[in-house]
Amino acid sequence: MLQITNLHANVGDKPILKGLTLSLNAGEIHAIMGPNGAGKSTLGYVLSGRPGYEVTEGEITFNGQDLLGLEPHERAAAGLFLGFQYPVEIPGVSNVQFLREALNAQRKNRGEAPLSGAEFLKVAREQAGALGMDMDMLKRPVNVGFSGGEKKRNEMVQMGIINPAIAILDETDSGLDIDALRIVGDGINRIMRKPDKAVLLITHYQRLLDYVKPDFVHVLDGGRITRSGGPELALELERDGYKELAA
Amino acid sequence: MTALLPTRHDEAWRYSDIAAVEAAWPLPAPESIIVPAGGAFARTIVQDSGAIHQLEIAIGKGARAAIHILNIGGEYGRVELNVTLHEQADFKLGAVQIGGGTQNLEIVTTVTHAEPKATSSQIVRSVLAGTATGTYLGKVAVARDAQLTDSVQSVKAMLLDRSATANAKPELEIYADDVKCAHGCAIGELDPMGLFYLQARGIAPADAKKLMLQAFVAGVFEGAADEEMLTEAALKKLGELV
Repeated sequence: MLQITNLHANVGDKPILKGLTLSLNAGEIHAIMGPNGAGKSTLGYVLSGRPGYEVTEGEITFNGQDLLGLEPHERAAAGLFLGFQYPVEIPGVSNVQFLREALNAQRKNRGEAPLSGAEFLKVAREQAGALGMDMDMLKRPVNVGFSGGEKKRNEMVQMGIINPAIAILDETDSGLDIDALRIVGDGINRIMRKPDKAVLLITHYQRLLDYVKPDFVHVLDGGRITRSGGPELALELERDGYKELAA
Repeated sequence: MTALLPTRHDEAWRYSDIAAVEAAWPLPAPESIIVPAGGAFARTIVQDSGAIHQLEIAIGKGARAAIHILNIGGEYGRVELNVTLHEQADFKLGAVQIGGGTQNLEIVTTVTHAEPKATSSQIVRSVLAGTATGTYLGKVAVARDAQLTDSVQSVKAMLLDRSATANAKPELEIYADDVKCAHGCAIGELDPMGLFYLQARGIAPADAKKLMLQAFVAGVFEGAADEEMLTEAALKKLGELV
């Protein structure tokens, strides 16, 4: 589904990713772990096309399509979702308006009919309810005044409404208390654990992986994958640390 | 008002397109509006043809006046208000100016609290692209006897291109000692991270900008009889700029 080959990327003039190769198939959940500054968030931004993140070498294909040739909004319409590590506050724009516009823009890009206001609200209500989020919060401006945990939960509500083919979740577990972690974990499983979908979880900690069981775990260090394994690798990392593993 | 053709040395015409002013000179006498005591007055001004509007408004005791301005058209457009508030009078201004290309748009207000307990509120939002210039000069003058004045000015400008110019001068001249006069002023550009966030959710760049700009001017026309028309015209103009 997603094939990343020998990816090199710079942020400004600084090389961050240095030959990263990774392949995700439909039905798989992959976790990427790694120390601070390893390039984890950069990978998420490069995949979603953030300006300023320049690919200097390598290629990324998504369902056979050259991902790097697409604009960020076209990548979203193609089915790629980035869960932000720091969800952005957008004063004055309500969640409902934003999400309806986003969903309908994606549908239009795919040649599907737009959802009416009532149809959209039904979907939004379902997804918000499943993640324990109040509809009142959905009517408020995007992420404004939300706590860290509420912002992450809102990312999951968005993911549920948009229903992407692949989700790259950048430290979705950070800033969550134990209850919220479970709710978010359940959300990821419910929305994305499907035979035709895939997830790339970017995380520092094993704890999210207790709720969302990965099929593969990779260690990203120095801009490339230095080790890959099954779920047991995450436990090993938690026990021994990245330093030990690198040695 | 000025009898002689103003120059850029005149504070109220500092950023004006003097050639355009000269072409329109001499200006007709300002429209004079008197709101009688206890009365209410509302006016919507859409400047879409490159005109100079000058209004003098006297608001009587306990009376209210609300002005909504959409300043968007022509190479040079100016709306000038000279407002005098008597005891317990209330004045509200909600103004949006949106300019692109080489447009020069300005809103110049003088709000005089002549007597006690009057209130005034001015909200001005400017969106500027290309090499356009948008100016708000807003003076609030509080007379010696005008105790318990309550006045607020909120002025914000959004530059869509680095080549655009916003001038903002909220100004206070206070001779009374028991008053509340607040003013805030900010000039900025669209948050690139916000734009990326909207795009990452599937919204095309121009629509993302439009959505954020719509939020920026939202609320200014609240309460206007022509709210819908004003909002629609503002959005149409914004759509031309992004």
